[in-house]
Amino acid sequence: MTHLQPAEHQPFRLSMLIYDRRYRSLTIQTVVFIGVMLFAAWLVNNTIENLARLGKTFSFSFLWARAGYDIPFSLIPYAATDTHMRAAVVGLLNTLLVSFVGCVLATIVGVLAGVLRLSNNWLVSKMMTVYVEIFRNVPLLLWILVILAIFTDVLPAPRDYRGDDAAAQMILFDSVAPTNRYTAIPRLAVEHAPGPVVIAGTPVNGALVAFAVALVAAWLVWKWLRGWARARQNRTGRRPVTWWISVLLFVVPLVALINLFGVHLIPPTLAGFNFTGGVNLDNGFVVLVLALTLYTGAFIAEIVRAGILSVSRGQTEAAFALGLRARPTMGLVILPQALRVIVPPLISQFLNLTKNSSLAIAVGYPDLRATLGGTTLNQTGREMEAMMLMMGIYLVLSLLISAVMNLYNARVRLKER
Amino acid sequence: MSELHAETVPFVRGTMLPQASPPAAERGLYRWLRTNLFSGPLNTVLTIVALFVLWWLFQHFYPWIRHSVWNASSMAECRAIFAERWGEGAAGGCFGVIRERWNQFLFGFYPPSEYWRPTSAFCLLFLALAPVLFTESRQMRWIVVAVASVGAFALSMLSGAPAPELVCIAVGVVVWIAVIEYAPRAALVLTLVFPFLAVWLLWGGSIWGPATILGGAVIGVVVWRLLARFGILAVVGGLAAAALWWWFLSGDAAADLQRMLPLSLPRMESRSFGGFLLAITIGVAAITMSLPLGVILALARQSDLPIVKAFAVIFIEFIRGVPLITLLFVASLLLNYFLPPGTNFDIILRVIIMVTLFASAYMAEVIRGGLASLPRGQYEAAGALGLNYWKMQRLIILPQALKVSIPGIVGTFIGVFKDTTLVTFVGLFDPLKQLADTIRATFEWKGAYWEPYIFSGFIFFILCFGMSRYSMHLEQRLKRDHR
Repeated sequence: MTHLQPAEHQPFRLSMLIYDRRYRSLTIQTVVFIGVMLFAAWLVNNTIENLARLGKTFSFSFLWARAGYDIPFSLIPYAATDTHMRAAVVGLLNTLLVSFVGCVLATIVGVLAGVLRLSNNWLVSKMMTVYVEIFRNVPLLLWILVILAIFTDVLPAPRDYRGDDAAAQMILFDSVAPTNRYTAIPRLAVEHAPGPVVIAGTPVNGALVAFAVALVAAWLVWKWLRGWARARQNRTGRRPVTWWISVLLFVVPLVALINLFGVHLIPPTLAGFNFTGGVNLDNGFVVLVLALTLYTGAFIAEIVRAGILSVSRGQTEAAFALGLRARPTMGLVILPQALRVIVPPLISQFLNLTKNSSLAIAVGYPDLRATLGGTTLNQTGREMEAMMLMMGIYLVLSLLISAVMNLYNARVRLKER
Repeated sequence: MSELHAETVPFVRGTMLPQASPPAAERGLYRWLRTNLFSGPLNTVLTIVALFVLWWLFQHFYPWIRHSVWNASSMAECRAIFAERWGEGAAGGCFGVIRERWNQFLFGFYPPSEYWRPTSAFCLLFLALAPVLFTESRQMRWIVVAVASVGAFALSMLSGAPAPELVCIAVGVVVWIAVIEYAPRAALVLTLVFPFLAVWLLWGGSIWGPATILGGAVIGVVVWRLLARFGILAVVGGLAAAALWWWFLSGDAAADLQRMLPLSLPRMESRSFGGFLLAITIGVAAITMSLPLGVILALARQSDLPIVKAFAVIFIEFIRGVPLITLLFVASLLLNYFLPPGTNFDIILRVIIMVTLFASAYMAEVIRGGLASLPRGQYEAAGALGLNYWKMQRLIILPQALKVSIPGIVGTFIGVFKDTTLVTFVGLFDPLKQLADTIRATFEWKGAYWEPYIFSGFIFFILCFGMSRYSMHLEQRLKRDHR
């Protein structure tokens, strides 16, 4: 070491702020901090000045004013007389709905495509390669516009389903009717609905509660059953056959409840020029979900493929050498290692899908950007507040999703020593 | 012994049998089909389903493509041709819209007399890239340089560039090629100068505007070199000198120089940009600026200065947490609030700033992954050699980290390029929506839905697929280990 003299004995000189490594980091940080704060102050100052010039104030009170516009697609009761706040919540719920459905479907499509791309069937793997490359290398906006054009230009109008030799046929056993205005799907109906159950002062649908209780109970029994089987295996070396009990545990209560409440599907039927009875899904929603699913599915397919390929063949061979069969090999050796590679990028794809759902602007689906960042912003003229609120909400959503990812990463991290 | 053996073995073959050909089931097409398509029940079912899907796609799309018409000047003419050739009710692709509006798809509303400017800028871009991207293979570099320079000249001539400008292009290209070949390090300087040249070519105006701004950078570098022995103070001095030049002198200098030596091109409004010119301008600008910004942000996030790190984390997480579309709306609605009253600058510039910030946050995360993947020993070894922070990063850490993160970096590039289409929502004429809608709004091309989508999708596919394949090639070439 060149420092022969202990550093504390050197008298402090001003030049040490720059040339001494102990103080330099402090100097740099102070300069950066002051610089960033000055820049921020400059921005805030400009904003205040500009707002004053335009005679605008900065307040969120517009959120409690009457919205006065209709939203065609809403999960909660909403009328034009409600507040902007409620309109924003409607938009947020629509964003969440489209993101959730998109994530689920994209995962299914992506896993299927990723696995099929690795299949030893030449034709299928080549077709999946073409699907992945085409969808990954073309902007999402194009897919949204193309699918929208298919829905509005190619699909039949509802009235084309009329008559004995109709121009259009319903698909999936006469239960779904895609039309150029909406997609009619069956509605779930409960015949003998039990009365609402009051939980913590709010009435909740009784049938829903019954199903939830049945599922939780079945899950608890199943966990106990698994523990018992494992204990038995540890004691005797033989695992009792329990899979049929597990299946029955979940199937029997569900079937019983469905029969008890008379749950059934009401297919859409044509009445006059429109479908009634079922649910008429807004085409904006269907188009957006389809486009997001196919686009994100292509990315997920690549992630799944990379994850499966990342587990070396030696792992399978070693598991076989230990005497494991194909299924436990997959469940105990391959999947845990592949998932460690797959899940983090998968979650970031979910994040991307959620953010990409703001492209709803291209199909006219009333998401958060369309209500809070669109009509509300234009009506009230409060760009600053509406944009800040909207960005804040998206930010919170993303941070929540990344928090889930970090939790997962922490759980599956290799224990290093 | 041998006699005994001869008695027990009645026949010993003295020569080898000729090699028999494999059985019929293990040969040729039959074998290939059996192993690749029908190796088991599941595979057979998959093959049949796949064939069915292919047949369905073929049945639905082939007639439309077979009936395509390229020589037509309006949708009505197309329909007449369909009816005449394939009978009443036949439908097909009316690709005449691409032929007729080709220039508009490429250049938007840029005046036709100036088409040579974006064209030559695009070709020269490859000359600028050659010393960076095509360093190892001389043959590859020559192909790129030759195609780019011939393209710059020939396309400019074809799109009607005036003679003096053509001479300038020819001389400039020859000099540039000579520099690339004989002084590769100096060619890097030309690469750094190129953005200013491109801005001047695209937007026009006096050349002295971009030139004096470039001059500020040169002054900064000179001051930094002169003060080099003062360490960190040299950086501060260089920045201050450049800032002073830009703040006080560059405007006047540009005006004076313009008076003494007028050199200018007709000025172009940003509104006239459109089509792939717009997409490529925004894409290339954001890509080139986001890489250095991303490196700086990644280093800041990895640094052990808590305040710097905190700012980097806040910036990156904020940008990555919001959709690009909201940032574009900030650019179009809010940016004027944040700037001094009365400032009103170009919408394309605002969009480029936002797309750059967006891309740099993603870039930072990709590069941070590369930095994190380096073993700790690399840092310690660099420290043991006595390198300071910047030398360590420049010579040891970043070359390795960037190499590891090439797939991610190119992935971000592709994402940025695809995202440039979102500018349609702030009223710019991107090739996918706004421009296509404009063309459809005309009387001739009302109802031309699919053809513009297919055309722009095709171009985007070629560019993005090309980038991803190039990154794979680069990854293979830079691979130094045998993992």
